[in-house]
Amino acid sequence: MKNTYTITAFSENHIGLLNRITIVFTRRHINIESLTVSSTEVKGIHRFTIVVEDTEEQVVKVVNQVEKLPEVLRAEWYLNDEIIYREIALYKIPIDVAIDKNIEQIMREFNAHMVDIQDGFVIIENTGHVEDTEKLYEVLKPYGILQFVRSGRISISKQKKELSTYLNELPVNEYVKE
Amino acid sequence: MKNVNKITGAEAILLSLMKEDIDTIFGYPGGAMMPIYDKIYSKGRSIKHILVRHEQGAAHAAQAYAQVSGKPGVCFATSGPGATNLITGIANAHLDSIPVIFITAQVPSMLLGTDAFQETDMISLSMPVTKWNYQVTSAEEIPDVIAKAFFFATTGRPGPVLIDVTKDAQLGTLDFNYKSIKSIRSYNPSPAIQDEDINQAISLIASSERPLLLAGHGILLAGATSQLKTFTDKTKIPCAVTLMGKSAISEDHPYYVGMLGMHGNYAPNILTNKADLIIAAGMRFDDRVTGDLKRYATDAKIIHVDIDKAELNKNVRSHLAIHANIKDFFDRIIPRITYQTPENWIEQFRQLNAIEEEKVVRKDCFPGNGKIHAGEVIYLLSRKTNGEAVVVTDVGQNQMLAARYYQYKNPNTLITSGGLGTMGFGLPAAMGAQVGRPDNTVILFTGDGGFQMTVQELGTVFQYNLPVKIVIFNNNFLGMVRQWQQLFNEKRYAETNMPTPDFPLLAKAFGIEGELVKDRTEIPGALDRMLEHSGPYLLEIKTEKEANVFPMIYPGKAVDEIVLEP
Repeated sequence: MKNTYTITAFSENHIGLLNRITIVFTRRHINIESLTVSSTEVKGIHRFTIVVEDTEEQVVKVVNQVEKLPEVLRAEWYLNDEIIYREIALYKIPIDVAIDKNIEQIMREFNAHMVDIQDGFVIIENTGHVEDTEKLYEVLKPYGILQFVRSGRISISKQKKELSTYLNELPVNEYVKE
Repeated sequence: MKNVNKITGAEAILLSLMKEDIDTIFGYPGGAMMPIYDKIYSKGRSIKHILVRHEQGAAHAAQAYAQVSGKPGVCFATSGPGATNLITGIANAHLDSIPVIFITAQVPSMLLGTDAFQETDMISLSMPVTKWNYQVTSAEEIPDVIAKAFFFATTGRPGPVLIDVTKDAQLGTLDFNYKSIKSIRSYNPSPAIQDEDINQAISLIASSERPLLLAGHGILLAGATSQLKTFTDKTKIPCAVTLMGKSAISEDHPYYVGMLGMHGNYAPNILTNKADLIIAAGMRFDDRVTGDLKRYATDAKIIHVDIDKAELNKNVRSHLAIHANIKDFFDRIIPRITYQTPENWIEQFRQLNAIEEEKVVRKDCFPGNGKIHAGEVIYLLSRKTNGEAVVVTDVGQNQMLAARYYQYKNPNTLITSGGLGTMGFGLPAAMGAQVGRPDNTVILFTGDGGFQMTVQELGTVFQYNLPVKIVIFNNNFLGMVRQWQQLFNEKRYAETNMPTPDFPLLAKAFGIEGELVKDRTEIPGALDRMLEHSGPYLLEIKTEKEANVFPMIYPGKAVDEIVLEP
């Protein structure tokens, strides 16, 4: 049965790793729904957060093949209820709409806030699950949205162990001098 | 004063290779590669460079060299077309897990991404077919990158790596200081085996009555052939091999029961579905081994031991998946195991084997009359060389027959393109094998199709006087495809029939001796002349045009549906 899975992978910050990782997915014809790459709290280590819709069996195989890459430190997969996750969305709306009193009420309901005001438009930011940012989009749409953008998912697992604890347990690279 | 000890990146590449005990390189020069080749000119005494006739040949030769010598292969090519010509060879080494260090030249770093002359993005191109790759853009990086390349290529599940070196990095200077690598934090090549895994394996084996051991290429890669023998001696568990696992156990071992898969032996394929326990040792359940997965190993519990975690539960779900080096597994289980296989189970292999012997082997190896069969030549050569030659094959019928009818005795004596099935692999691989084992007889079994794909390497064979014994089975067909057309396309022989040149005459043009054999009575004499000849020798043997390789598991069929004849 297909489900939404969030895959996180930690890798060395080297050129080309994004390519190597996505090849694992494209080879198996798995569409990546969302992808976020960013640096972690540990210098030189990057985190990939990849969302896919597939069967657990496929996801496990893909995670193993990602973890197999020599420069990937660890890869894991989660169901939605095993993580806290968010996407961020930005909405650009005309300034004359923004001064409508409905907008203030909408922003309050969605816990959204205004992040910038420019000549002619304002930018509203909202954070949540896709359904939340999607819903705000639908609500704002009648007022006229000039531009809309949504980030990929970031997530944090509900398990206790921190990445840095795990990384500190890893051996450092060892060289043998002649 | 400070610059006195500085050397160029090009020289650092060669020195780094020498620090890793490399003395042989297969390659081909070109514009972007010139600084490195200039250093080869002055290092000629410590590094032997084999100049091939096409980069693909260098890649296959380096791989075969690695397989027979136990050292990683090293292969050089220039930027652009030189590098892209390697791709088939890199993919071949990747699918068969062979450690080869590919070093390609690249345009100067300031020109990267500009579609400069002879620029190709080798990092992207080689990414799906390498274990690891890296683009070097400054000379200082070279020693560390080469150390990493060797570490990744040779440890864990081995595989090819590629280092792309820009011309300015070759020309730049550095203080040379080489340190090999012992461990890398993101990479664990030697997973620790758990006591609990051994306990469970022992208890699964203890409760089985019909166990079957499947030995794969991992045995050879891990250097665990003596462990495999000891385990099999002690437990009498019938041992079958995959194509790549051939020569992991001597074929005259009393509990060796044959090869698995599409053109493997009758007994191990049929009895895979009778076994109640399968121990998969360093093999990966390739589709050519398993046939229809839904009807594979239907009665068996499976213990799968592999160094690559991603192979565990990938194709076949196992009851006990052990992520370990197969050598460690055997070392841990051998002292503790007391199991003895029931004699009546072993007997079932012997009975089925006798049926195959009667219905297939006898016809292939002792046909008596009619056109020559490739099987009889291979079988006779096996006897004449006492099963001790290094056999290299091309791909197709010649490959399957060489796997079936040569009686392998010693480890790493079958060099074949298993995973990728690369036609044209044979001749360059035979060269590499001969360079790696200069004192061994190296026999190439090839077909008229595959041989013509890389025939230009006869020039290399001639130049280095590599005494490879080339046996071409000429049926004027792409035999394996023709067999499928006969079996599944009602003999519609689309584009599989080809006229061939006079191969001995072609060899003569390259300064290589050879002869043509058309009649069965000429075979023993021709084989003797070939084996006794001190240099390279080419034997063209005209064979039955429409001979088929059987037994066969038809595509989509289960292993126990293997048939002995069409």
